[in-house]
Amino acid sequence: MKPFDYVRPRDLAEALALGSEPGTAYLAGGTNLLDLMKIGVARPDRIVDIGRLPGLAGLDWREDGGVRIGALVKNADLAYDARFQRTFPSVAEALLSGASAQLRNAATVGGNLLQRPRCPYFQDLASACNRRAPESGCDALGGETRRHAVLGWSEACIAVNPSDFCVPMAALDAVVEVQGPGGAREIALEDLHRLPGQTPERETALEPSELIVAVRLPGQAAAVARHSRYLKVRERTSYAFAVVSAAAGLELGDGAIRSARLALGGVAAKPWRAREAEAVLAGGEPSEARFADAARAALAEARPSGENAYKIELARRLIVRVLQQALAGAPETLPALPGSPLAPAFGNRHAA
Amino acid sequence: MPLDAAAPRAPYVHHGSNAGQPLTRRDGELKVTGRATYAADHRPEGLLYAVIAASRIARGRVTSLDVAAAKAHPGVVEVLTPANRPPLGRDPDQKSGPFGFRIEVLQDDTVRYAGQPIALVVATSLEAATEGAALLDPQYEALPPRTTLESGKRFPAPAVGVSGQARTEHGDVEAGLAAAAQVVRTEVETPAQYHNAMEPHAIVAQWDGDRLTLDMPNQAIVMSRAGYAAYFGIAPENVLIRSPFLGGGFGSKAILNGPQVLAILAARMLNRPVKLALTRAQMFGPVGHRGRTWQRLHLGLDGEGRLTALRHHAISATSSFDTFLEPAANASLHVYRSPAISAETEGVRLDTGTPSPMRAPGEAPGSAALEIAMDAAADAVGMDPLEFRLLNYAETEPGSGRPFSSKALRECYAEGAKLFGWAARPLRPRQMRDAAGLRVGWGMGTALFPCPHFAAEARATLRADGTALVETAGADMGQGAWTALAQIAAEALGLDPAQVEFRSGDSSLPDAGIAGGSGHAASAGLALHNAGQDAIARLAEIAMRDPRSPLFGADNIGVVARAGRLHRRDDETRSESYADILARAGQAAVVGAGRMQRDEEAVKERAMYSHGAVFAEVKVDPDLGQVRCTRLVGAFAAGRIVNPRLVRSQ
Ligand SMILES: Cc1cc2nc3c(=O)[nH]c(=O)nc-3n(C[C@H](O)[C@H](O)[C@H](O)COP(=O)(O)OP(=O)(O)OC[C@H]3O[C@@H](n4cnc5c(N)ncnc54)[C@H](O)[C@@H]3O)c2cc1C
Ligand code: SF4
Repeated sequence: MKPFDYVRPRDLAEALALGSEPGTAYLAGGTNLLDLMKIGVARPDRIVDIGRLPGLAGLDWREDGGVRIGALVKNADLAYDARFQRTFPSVAEALLSGASAQLRNAATVGGNLLQRPRCPYFQDLASACNRRAPESGCDALGGETRRHAVLGWSEACIAVNPSDFCVPMAALDAVVEVQGPGGAREIALEDLHRLPGQTPERETALEPSELIVAVRLPGQAAAVARHSRYLKVRERTSYAFAVVSAAAGLELGDGAIRSARLALGGVAAKPWRAREAEAVLAGGEPSEARFADAARAALAEARPSGENAYKIELARRLIVRVLQQALAGAPETLPALPGSPLAPAFGNRHAA
Repeated sequence: MPLDAAAPRAPYVHHGSNAGQPLTRRDGELKVTGRATYAADHRPEGLLYAVIAASRIARGRVTSLDVAAAKAHPGVVEVLTPANRPPLGRDPDQKSGPFGFRIEVLQDDTVRYAGQPIALVVATSLEAATEGAALLDPQYEALPPRTTLESGKRFPAPAVGVSGQARTEHGDVEAGLAAAAQVVRTEVETPAQYHNAMEPHAIVAQWDGDRLTLDMPNQAIVMSRAGYAAYFGIAPENVLIRSPFLGGGFGSKAILNGPQVLAILAARMLNRPVKLALTRAQMFGPVGHRGRTWQRLHLGLDGEGRLTALRHHAISATSSFDTFLEPAANASLHVYRSPAISAETEGVRLDTGTPSPMRAPGEAPGSAALEIAMDAAADAVGMDPLEFRLLNYAETEPGSGRPFSSKALRECYAEGAKLFGWAARPLRPRQMRDAAGLRVGWGMGTALFPCPHFAAEARATLRADGTALVETAGADMGQGAWTALAQIAAEALGLDPAQVEFRSGDSSLPDAGIAGGSGHAASAGLALHNAGQDAIARLAEIAMRDPRSPLFGADNIGVVARAGRLHRRDDETRSESYADILARAGQAAVVGAGRMQRDEEAVKERAMYSHGAVFAEVKVDPDLGQVRCTRLVGAFAAGRIVNPRLVRSQ
């Protein structure tokens, strides 16, 4: 392992000062960064441990019914918070569908937003990868591409963003609060991750030294609470990343859909907000046919980046299913297999 | 670690006979409290850490390694490459017997598979060694790897598995197929599987002159000594292997592998103890795996659905430089009655590491293919899969006609079917859905496994205080040998397991043979049983010759050992404790020895297998393709169950 310095700043100001030096990486839960350091994909000279910075680990409920989530809140703590589960059930379900209990206890909200791609070529130092080493090429192209992108990709990179958490957060208009040497700013979660274009190495809208301090969900997003779901198709029912996932939320009234929220995971380098589909749904009566129309609209621009055309049809079917389930209503308690399309068949209590 | 630390802490509830009782694991508390020491937990004084640099190409040559950069890294002590690797006592390119494979120990710059060791970096810390290995920045001359059936070189198999027959034919298969009312053809391909156990391979090697101590997980502790000794030109007795606990083995830890030899070599070269622990990624390549197979079955059926002939052909993959062929086709030889059966295996060479025995070599992929073929055949004749298997039930061993020593497969079928509710299964597929709309499928299959026995030895010592020490170099991979073997010994000694100290997992102890092939309990267990009985016989001898003993003169009538006392067989009120017998004789102990000796005549006369039946329910989401196994019921006839709790946890 490459030798590195470890620094633990006392406060945010010190963290930002340390973070502005080149070769520095912020360390939160470490569940992604340390793994990448062990395999040589991340090679920082110095890590700045933000894990114990004061004031970043709380939930702050707002007057509008929204919530401000500190960047250091653990994935598990957020998912099991009773009020949060009630208000944003699809986010809780997405969190609990990810990784394992141990990882969720260690992983932070900020780290989850900024987790790196799971493209196997990205993780294999013997492969060319534009994201890891700019302009070195992309060995994924023409390789094992079953899990790669079908939306928003470029010849420079076809990797997908692996986060579950980000998917409902994008659907719910989450806003990321950022602090940098130049002060504070806000970025819509939808704009946090960049599509690859010609510069896949620039993964996010953050400047190198910028720190995420919190993520906010607006009170408005709670309007879909009673009709929201997160579904995740994966190769194992637990402890596996999404092949394709979908988060949906419906606001119903007078037998019609007042407004709809829909986002996809596992299809692009960012959580994919499907606004065209939302437009198809809004104002109409919920029906199988309308759901299918919405699914078609969501994937209208999709094209395979390799041997993954199946993901396009799979995503369409998943959208129909997640909308059906959202219409049926969020379950009273989280299902036994969070995010699994098979969940209804196996009782409705989350046992993990 | 002191092995008697594995003795129980809590008193055992004694239920009468020892064997057959659901005792909890004797080593359980050590394990859950983190005090069970695994190989990599050892940190002797002056320890150095070795890390393998593994090839990132699958075929070709290493053209350069930046050894200077690695050596310049702080903490790096030495870098072993083909350029400076000290000589070995034997040629690593030579095969050393059915269990010995050609190993890669930096003998040249050729790359034969991805993950092959191409250098070993030794440093004062694991981190430094890891970074040293990363700095080597190997350059290659790569050739296109042959990793498919089409690109690999096919060859007729000399043998399969560990010296199994590559071609067997009973009866006339051609004629059987020609006479069949229909022939059902099935093709099955099985992937490579890697025995990537929870505990990856690890070793701590220490030299003291020409004596070598190895802390390493090992499934064949005494046998392995000779293998390592040969590579270093020393006598097997000079090698001490300590392997009290293994975090899983699945066969791979019974085999001598290259990385371990490199660590021992580095320890000798640098004259300091060296630790090498493979990373999980490094487990894919140099330490064996189950090879891929391509299988084709032909089942000839008469008008009633009886087999007229069964042909099982397999192509098994091996490496480009050594041969271990998964004996998949042979799995069809002993399961179903058929007037003609043939099993044939061919080989294909791929650019991978050499496969090796892995958990039920042959039976695992072979019986899967056979059972799939049986289902296809049942469907073709319009019969229920279970009914079809019963129609083709083998009353005697197919081929040989030998009677089975025991076969309760019919009972397994009946019991499993009842528990599962098999009778409600519709004959045609795609008939069942659950309340949520998922498709439901029910299937079943037969399980069969031979009962191998290996040579094994053991020692049992009855001590002055009436307790016993039993010893054999057994291996506990997590299957429960620490508990089950002690139970068997306690039974033979007429003692409660709490009074039996058990030493195991150390090559200075009597040879317990190999812990593999599901034969360890039968092999080491029988040796322990015989050792216990021998100790009791010697103790009885002392008592029966002593006029002051209540057992005096019991010679022909005999004695029974129970609860720490010897009783006269015809009058159980006449008894004496072990401690009293030894005290009066002025003896500190009696020592019994036992061997596992298989009755070769009995083996010739009878076919020995355990049998089972497994029933499964699988649900499929028809729109999203998600699959989940929702129920699995197995019924097994596996002979005498030494400890039902351990068996259940399997
Ligand atoms: C085996 C395994 C399985 C997994 N399965 C899933 C899954 O199914 N679904 C899923 O969504 N995820 C999965 N994950 C990923 C997991 O969710 C992430 O590893 C985790 O959320 C990262 O959080 P962390 O706090 O540990 O981040 P770290 O590892 O500490 O950091 C990750 C990255 O974010 C940066 N960073 C962290 N916090 C901040 C901050 N506040 N501001 C700026 N930069 C920051 C770090 O510098 C680093 O680059 C899995 C991970 C593992 C190891
Ligand atoms: S798809 Fe992207 S991450 Fe994967 S190898 Fe190509 S450039 Fe790298």
